[in-house]
Amino acid sequence: MLQLALVVVVLSVLIFGWLRMLPGGPVSALLGDRGTAESRAELTEALGLNDPIFVQYFAFLGRAITGDFGTSTGVSPGKPAMELFLERFPATLELSIAAILLALIFAIPLGYLAARRRGGWLDNAGVVGSMIGISIPIFFLAFLLKYFLSIKLGWLPTGGRQSPDIDATRITGFFVLDGVLTREWDAAWDALRHLLLPAVALASIPFAVIFRITRASVLDVLDEDYVRTARSKGLTRRIIRDRHILRNAMLPVVTTVGLQTGALLSGAVLTETVFSWQGIGQALAIGFERKDFAVLQVVIIAAAMAYVLVNLIVDLSYAVIDPRIRSAQKVS
Amino acid sequence: MALLEVRDLSITFHRKGEEPSVAVDNISFNVEPGQTVGLVGESGCGKSVTSLAIMGLLPSRGAKVGGSVTFEGEELLGLSQRELDERRGRDLGMVFQDPLSSLNPVVPIGLQISEVLERHRKLGRKEAKAEAAELLNRVGIPDPKRRLDEYPHQLSGGMRQRALIAIALACRPRLLIADEPTTALDVTIQAQILSLLSELVSGTDTALIMITHDLGVVAGLCDEVNVMYGGRIVERAQRHALFAEPRHPYTHGLLASIPRLDAPRGEKLVPIRGSVVDNIAWSRGCAFAPRCPSQLEECWSDPPELVDDRGGMLRCHNPVEVAPMAAEGAR
Repeated sequence: MLQLALVVVVLSVLIFGWLRMLPGGPVSALLGDRGTAESRAELTEALGLNDPIFVQYFAFLGRAITGDFGTSTGVSPGKPAMELFLERFPATLELSIAAILLALIFAIPLGYLAARRRGGWLDNAGVVGSMIGISIPIFFLAFLLKYFLSIKLGWLPTGGRQSPDIDATRITGFFVLDGVLTREWDAAWDALRHLLLPAVALASIPFAVIFRITRASVLDVLDEDYVRTARSKGLTRRIIRDRHILRNAMLPVVTTVGLQTGALLSGAVLTETVFSWQGIGQALAIGFERKDFAVLQVVIIAAAMAYVLVNLIVDLSYAVIDPRIRSAQKVS
Repeated sequence: MALLEVRDLSITFHRKGEEPSVAVDNISFNVEPGQTVGLVGESGCGKSVTSLAIMGLLPSRGAKVGGSVTFEGEELLGLSQRELDERRGRDLGMVFQDPLSSLNPVVPIGLQISEVLERHRKLGRKEAKAEAAELLNRVGIPDPKRRLDEYPHQLSGGMRQRALIAIALACRPRLLIADEPTTALDVTIQAQILSLLSELVSGTDTALIMITHDLGVVAGLCDEVNVMYGGRIVERAQRHALFAEPRHPYTHGLLASIPRLDAPRGEKLVPIRGSVVDNIAWSRGCAFAPRCPSQLEECWSDPPELVDDRGGMLRCHNPVEVAPMAAEGAR
């Protein structure tokens, strides 16, 4: 918890100071070329930008503690930044969960099989494929998918989260889940079709990284003496795989999954922009363009908190999987 | 019929871009039910590889195994891994060298024992767990119920090796192979583990193959001893004959290099000079010739055959003559 507080404080100072050092600022962004010296001065005063920066910071901090992160000036002018964040966060969460699930479902079994058949066609294809997955720029992949599957072939929608002609009931803000919960199957199916391409684009890097780590980790474990012991017991293949190989090989994979989940936001900025996905990644992109300090601050701080939380969960789950860490914690 | 018959077993390792290396070169030996057979030699002489070949645990790629290994009349070398899995753990058990790395670090000890029972004796979860506790008790682990839920890192080295022995003996196998089971342990623990092993197999018809570099281990345990050098058996003898009248200069060297309580005070230990890497190929002559104190000219050109010798077998052109003193000392 101390870790989390420290991260938030340090990051809030950095983001706050850095945003105000950027050329331009919200005033030019709002007024553009039409601003007169007078109107500019008026707006600067109204936004409180004339105060010394530390006064501004502590005013911000004081309000932020009560949940007030100021008002959006660019993304959705006049709307409280926190409200905008809460509105958009489920969209990004849905996309991220879909992407990480997609990555896990394919990367772990394929990584295991590639390691077991080292040097075989699956292994070679997987290694090359994951190399492409890591090196291909995510916005390029997103454009590619959109261009061929949506625009050329027309199989999937080009963007957004739900077709405008569908009137779906909202419960959780996860559109696919909402459709399932309300049994509005057409809405769920439509939301799923919208979700697929952005999720695939966003999954490319985590897939590649998790695949490679799984493969390397399984290769390591296969050489371990305890796997030989398991074979000497004549156990079934399934038990050797699940209990003796994977349970050990998953330890480094869990760390990687945590880091990748935390890093999804950077990919989400690009993916959401390409697919007009109304999440916080898109808000971040628009916010930068229009110098929307309030929105940028809330999104970046929240993202950092999410990152810390995810890795906290990873640390905890590590203790569940690895008994050696559990007893070390008991001692300390 | 012998329980295990190893006939002309050869194991060759092939690595890309390297000359194939022969690890085991046409070795043959038998193991009778209830018998304890020693396989002795320095590291690299092929003894561990032999045991892995019997168990079918050599990597399928890179290792070429020739000859024949029959167990209760059934040829093991041609079997698929699936068919072997029916035998391993049930009829054939194995205890490995390093108990820490040989146990799965993230699975409780109890489950590592009971999974064998569930697999081969078709016991249910609960029965298997109760049986596992009983096994831990039999191998001398105190408070076995509590130990079942502990992980390998929570046990001492000696207890880990006891747990491995419990795993190997869980289904009362007909043959137990112990590959240097005491090498990773303290000297006092070594003695305990050895007496545990002999206690567990004596009086049962479980046969034991004891693989070791340590003739001291052999002395207390084995009925028959095979001494290996450079992938071949160089001497085979009953335990008493081997210690009393070692015939091969290599065996003689091994015996001379271990301290004995009955040796005269002030007598120096004599190491075997050189090391295993000084081998020459068996095809050219005797592999031990470069290190042998009693080498003859023919040892460098004419590989000796394994022939009958005083109730055992011997592969040497110039064996050690029996010294009455040594014969006296062994008794």
